[in-house]
Amino acid sequence: MAFVNMKSKEVQAKIVFYGPGRGGKTTNLEYIYGKFRERIKSEMVSIKTHGDRTLFFDFLPFDIGKIMGYDVKVQLYTVPGQVKYDATRKLVLKGVDGVVFVADSQVEQRKKNVQALKNLQDNLATYKKSIFKVPLVLQYNKRDLKDVPILPMEVMEKDLNSQLKVPSFGASAVTGHNVVPTLKKIISATMASMQNVLK
Amino acid sequence: MGSNYDDYSFSEIVLGQEQLDSIETILTDELVESGVHSVLLIDLAGNIIAHRDNGNCDHDVYSLSALASANFAAVDTMAKIVGEEEFSLLFHKGENESIHFSKVNDEFLLIAVFGKKVTLGLLRLKVAEAIEKINTIIQQ
Repeated sequence: MAFVNMKSKEVQAKIVFYGPGRGGKTTNLEYIYGKFRERIKSEMVSIKTHGDRTLFFDFLPFDIGKIMGYDVKVQLYTVPGQVKYDATRKLVLKGVDGVVFVADSQVEQRKKNVQALKNLQDNLATYKKSIFKVPLVLQYNKRDLKDVPILPMEVMEKDLNSQLKVPSFGASAVTGHNVVPTLKKIISATMASMQNVLK
Repeated sequence: MGSNYDDYSFSEIVLGQEQLDSIETILTDELVESGVHSVLLIDLAGNIIAHRDNGNCDHDVYSLSALASANFAAVDTMAKIVGEEEFSLLFHKGENESIHFSKVNDEFLLIAVFGKKVTLGLLRLKVAEAIEKINTIIQQ
């Protein structure tokens, strides 16, 4: 949940990057970290396995400046994507204010995207949150891939967004294409959902 | 109520200025004055609610709080797996600095960073007193 400090006029909001394993969640955060290095005062925290897979989460605190007179700090988290890490994935989702779902555009990952989105819905439900109500942005990552077949955007929209109808972006976390627009969109959606508290 | 889901995508925790002032005073009087280097009241999502230190600490408190809440949640889940309701003592001892975790209520944790001059016994006593006072304020 967002924490609003009336005294220091500060808001802390938690945004989680969710999605199937090896989909590019950590790469999104790494790109943001590199791009906004001068505005991010602390180090990016990563808890990963020896094989460089996220074990628990990555964490990146990000000051986005003033909104409605409040100093807004966004805490960006990723979850581990591998199916077996569901217990830790659920923990990271606690108190989430906004979600970016990073889908993998590769044809062979099609089923995994759908499974991961269903898993997000289930895990949100354990915190009594509805996937239809939480601020959510979809990112179809790896649009830059040339050597392997990727799904057309329309197919991904149909698979993942036909019911949700949330903002979506084709992106490449490696090159940075549409990483920042994705971030801006989820921040604005998250802040909009909090407006009634920040009056 | 009645609905299975929150109407909003987040819970609203808003502590008034007076409440925060009182909490900060407690953290200073009970803990920092007793020799604790740095003390954080955080929520289980990793947000910092109040922070006080002795002026000589330069910790990255945002990362500390994110990791502390995750660590607490992980240990809590482990407790449930082995059939315990919770582990009552959560404490990491270092050569110079140690960290003590305490549950304040269902939403908040108290994290105390302290050095060799404070014994664990004294710290636990002071933390327990502080938690009791903080809970009184939160419930107001």
